[in-house]
Amino acid sequence: MTLLQTVNLKKYFGDTHAVDDVNLTIAEGEFISVVGPNGAGKTSLCNLISALLAPDSGKIIFKGRDVTHSSVIERVKAGIARSFQLVNLFDDLTAFDNVALAIFSRDGKIRNMAALADRDHEVAIEADTILDQFGLASKRNEPARGLAQGERKLLDVALAYALRPKLLFLDEPTSGVSTREKDKIMDIIASVVRGEGITAAIIEHDMDVVFKYSNRIVVMHQGAILAQGTPDAIRNNDDVAMILLGSSGPDAFSRKE
Amino acid sequence: MTMVTTAATGISIWLTTTVSAFVLAVLAALPQIVDPYQTVLLTYGLIMAIAALGFNLLLGYTGLLSFGHSAYFGAGAYAVAFIMRDLGAHSMELCIVGGMLGTLIIAAIFGFVCVRHTRIFFGILTLALSQVLWSLAFKFFWVTGGTDGIRVPYASLTLLGGLVDFKGPGSFQRFIYAYYYYVLVLFAASTILMWVIAHSPFGKALQAIRDNETRARFVGISVRRYRWIAFMVSGTFTGLAGILWVPLNGLTTPDILYWPFSGEIVFMTVLGGFRSFTGPIVGAMAFNYLKTYAIASTEYWQLLLGVVLVILVMALPAGIVGTAARLAAKLGRWTK
Repeated sequence: MTLLQTVNLKKYFGDTHAVDDVNLTIAEGEFISVVGPNGAGKTSLCNLISALLAPDSGKIIFKGRDVTHSSVIERVKAGIARSFQLVNLFDDLTAFDNVALAIFSRDGKIRNMAALADRDHEVAIEADTILDQFGLASKRNEPARGLAQGERKLLDVALAYALRPKLLFLDEPTSGVSTREKDKIMDIIASVVRGEGITAAIIEHDMDVVFKYSNRIVVMHQGAILAQGTPDAIRNNDDVAMILLGSSGPDAFSRKE
Repeated sequence: MTMVTTAATGISIWLTTTVSAFVLAVLAALPQIVDPYQTVLLTYGLIMAIAALGFNLLLGYTGLLSFGHSAYFGAGAYAVAFIMRDLGAHSMELCIVGGMLGTLIIAAIFGFVCVRHTRIFFGILTLALSQVLWSLAFKFFWVTGGTDGIRVPYASLTLLGGLVDFKGPGSFQRFIYAYYYYVLVLFAASTILMWVIAHSPFGKALQAIRDNETRARFVGISVRRYRWIAFMVSGTFTGLAGILWVPLNGLTTPDILYWPFSGEIVFMTVLGGFRSFTGPIVGAMAFNYLKTYAIASTEYWQLLLGVVLVILVMALPAGIVGTAARLAAKLGRWTK
């Protein structure tokens, strides 16, 4: 069943065609990767879908409803959550409070000003479970600003995940961390997302990661979708190899490694 | 995991309660020891502490620097003056309810306009709106008494629904003592209430907005609405301070609506430390004494006060409470 569909989605910045006539469909339960060179429009697409940007034209259909003109908050409530390439956290709050806040908001408890946040055991248990799932249990009481880069990336994803979205859009969850940490982060994300049957779209540069985890890969180039298909199909697509690697031919991706 | 947490919070709550109870006990005992003048000073300090606590919900917790909180202090004070003069009411409780309602309405209107902006634009808007109130109080002298203000005599006031009045001989002494305890109870109640608000899910949402407005929206918080609610709560607390201030001062004048008074509220909060809950309380008390003794010691008290405050802020950028907390932490590590 289709979860999200964009119809002729367009966003230009002056002469730059950031997103140019994109028709993307994401089915329920998929784990897709959006790849492409820098400036291909991946993040712009994510910004359009999450309502950080408004499209110039086109439509965004989520769960069969047109959400093109709905606000960030309406889309969050509808079930679209995202993480950020440049980590966006509540830096002076603890890791626990960061996650708890998302839960309070999701459950509509965030307006309550007559009870102590710490005393909500249901939320505390859930927040601790999520921190544990993301390997952050030991950092529970540390302010977010004190965490290491890899931990901050994970906490950023944990915040989006804590909203229990239908669609989780992750903008480069492994950028800016070491290669060794990349695998750890992706393993955690993949296991959490698969375990809950959440539909996930992830923007990623590292093709090893992309081939390993996705059901389907969407390749963007100059604002448009150049190709999409299974990891195997993309691996053997010469156009894609040309754009991403600058060389083509059989096994271009493996040769590069 | 949760067990550990609960224990940790349990200890900190236990500690907070013990320390607060001790401070409260000392404050309750003080009028028996010090002379009436000191009692009056202390009352002013407690009142300003309520104002600063309210102000800091915006600055420290929501990340919005209001430069117009004189508006809400003044609104509370003038509301009491109007209620007593024009409605002929005597009950302080009635004045409090009416005054807070009046302040809330003004804070709701002003806040609605101001929270559309942040940073310096927010500050300038709050300042401008407070000056609108000031000019109204200044110009509409047939209603507000102009610069003469409105007298609010303590003698025509009753506390606790008429149980305590201040008629007959020695009434001023009685008023000072009774009013001190009255203010102390309201101060304690305000502090507890503000503490709960600051530590509630709503309070956490405000801190989230302060830290990262964009992400707050992406976890589903309607940033503007929360800022507006915080503005109203903040204004109403500061309004309560104005309400309590006016019978003690005996008079309300446009001075308390004027921008330098907003500056004083900002200053006492920063002096105490806006990053900690108790900062504004300590700052308000300290500022109150500094100002009083500066006025008493020299004609050029503004100069003296200014110099002292500049030195204090440069020496203690985290405020009195922030610096004390850091020293305590250092000492703790050292003794270990």
